[in-house]
Amino acid sequence: MSALLQLSRGTLVTSWAPLIVMLALLLLAPFVLSDFRLGLLGKFLTFAILALALNLIWGYAGMLSLGHGVFFGLGGYAMGMFMKLEGTGGKLPDFMFWSGLEELPFFIAPFKYAWFALPMVFILPAAVAGGLGYLVFRSRITGVYFALITQALSLIVSILFIGQQPYTGGTNGITNYSTLFGYQVFSPGTQLTLYFITVIALAVVYLVLRLVVNSRSGRIMIAMRDDENRVRFMGYDPAILKTIAFAASGGIAGIAGALFVPQVGIISPSSMGILQSIEIAVWVAVGGRGTLAGPIIGAVLVNAAKSGLSESFPVIWQFFLGGLFIGAVLLFPAGIMGLFRGELSRERFTRPLTRIRELKQQGIGGVVRQWTTTSFR
Amino acid sequence: MDNDILSVEGLTVSFDGFVVLDSLDFNLAHGELRFLIGPNGAGKTTLLDLITGKTRPSRGKILFDGETDLTKLREHDLVKLGIGRKFQTPSVFASLTVYENMEVAIGFRRRLGALLRPLARSEADWIDSTLGKVGLSERAATQAGTLSHGEKQWLEIGMLLAQEPKLLLLDEPVAGMTRRERERTGTLLQAIGGDRSVLVVEHDMEFVRHFAEKVTVLHQGKVLSEGSMERVQHDPEVVRAYLGRSRRPERNGYAAVAS
Repeated sequence: MSALLQLSRGTLVTSWAPLIVMLALLLLAPFVLSDFRLGLLGKFLTFAILALALNLIWGYAGMLSLGHGVFFGLGGYAMGMFMKLEGTGGKLPDFMFWSGLEELPFFIAPFKYAWFALPMVFILPAAVAGGLGYLVFRSRITGVYFALITQALSLIVSILFIGQQPYTGGTNGITNYSTLFGYQVFSPGTQLTLYFITVIALAVVYLVLRLVVNSRSGRIMIAMRDDENRVRFMGYDPAILKTIAFAASGGIAGIAGALFVPQVGIISPSSMGILQSIEIAVWVAVGGRGTLAGPIIGAVLVNAAKSGLSESFPVIWQFFLGGLFIGAVLLFPAGIMGLFRGELSRERFTRPLTRIRELKQQGIGGVVRQWTTTSFR
Repeated sequence: MDNDILSVEGLTVSFDGFVVLDSLDFNLAHGELRFLIGPNGAGKTTLLDLITGKTRPSRGKILFDGETDLTKLREHDLVKLGIGRKFQTPSVFASLTVYENMEVAIGFRRRLGALLRPLARSEADWIDSTLGKVGLSERAATQAGTLSHGEKQWLEIGMLLAQEPKLLLLDEPVAGMTRRERERTGTLLQAIGGDRSVLVVEHDMEFVRHFAEKVTVLHQGKVLSEGSMERVQHDPEVVRAYLGRSRRPERNGYAAVAS
């Protein structure tokens, strides 16, 4: 406990030490956890990459996307299609055959090549995010309206994928994989390798984002969050900057999706839906927006809690999750990382009580106002 | 004409049928420090909005340096052209430190890729010297949101200076400042003149009297009078429209106009 206090004091938390500890724990996990638990952790780590992607644009540039499931899904579908076609040797996959297709559609055929499919994992979601982003940001749509548009995107794309069964596998998505680059996908050895690849991918994404947010472009993103109009009068074109950030974020989400598919064994429209997309925002909010460690911690903890609670309380576990989110937004607006920032003081632990008193005084209107401003800033 | 950094010709703008600027003609010479005054609703801030591309005119032209028509360009292109604007309320980026605010301010000329790399030596020097000029060197590591009102205004002026604009537009730079802060700001404005043209919108008559060489009075979207403060003050038109009321606020109840 005293070591923890030591850690949270001063600048150590923001320096490298805790990260190295975290990385070491992740690399040691395979020796401690059962195959089942390790599989879960691997899945959670792909969610952590996804949370980092959302945090880049929400936590730093101030745009809350409620459609990040789509970008995750697009990356996942690109990977899933590649694995499916590897399994059939480039021939028509079962679900297409059942839907009455006779030959591979021209826009799906290239996915049998790794040199095409793997880059597409990033490019496809980045292009969709960039295209939508440019139109939206050029029209100066921000805040709640941006959140609503991205939520609509998530609804539209998931319905589209359900409807286009011959090409996407419909509601069931793409599943029943056999091999990946010639290895049995679900053999423990392959799964262990995939776990390590996920850890490495998470570390690389973390380092790249750390470089970005600590550079001047990071400051400009925060400046856009604070006052976008002022950034425009500083000689920058926010539409372009936000489009680039949104596209990069979409691409990173796609990488997360591609790592998710071989570990979980399925990609389906439910991964792109509204619920999934909102949950990503919950992970980031609980962990701490605008920090790099926060989203990782949030994604792993919330998902671990989710899986633990759903095992122990199969009927009512969702209420715990809802409570967690409301609690995080109302009592700890800066998330878990907010508790560790700066000097450790008594006030930090009494702050939630102060907040409850404040909220009582503001009444229900104040609570709602508080919620919207902290969520859509 | 060649000598003017800004020439406004027949500028008209109306909001929902209400004419804010009525075929306004206005010129500002290179290196001039000009004060723009007038009662509320005279169109002062609207004129700044038009120059910086925030509002588009119904008719008329705004020529920059005798050639570029500003009414066709987007906000960030205008900044690249050399037009800097300080808004009425201090708008600095609250979550960034003073120094980081300056980093953002001077980054707009760099290519996007360069924004990922650390500051160039020359940029760091430039930030240091500008912070010195506006008297905020000691506050470089302070979060801008925690600065006092006056310090925020100076930081914003510093951010504008760092951009090296040819034309600087200031909207009520001393509003809400203490007397001492006002004096310091006035001296700062005079110091940054020189080869830069500065246009200041101001309500504080004492401040204008003290620092202005040439004053333009706007009234109902037109130029009512122009010249030295002395001349303008005694122009009967102006006295009727504006200054008369502000001199005797207690008699006709127009105190709000003067404040």
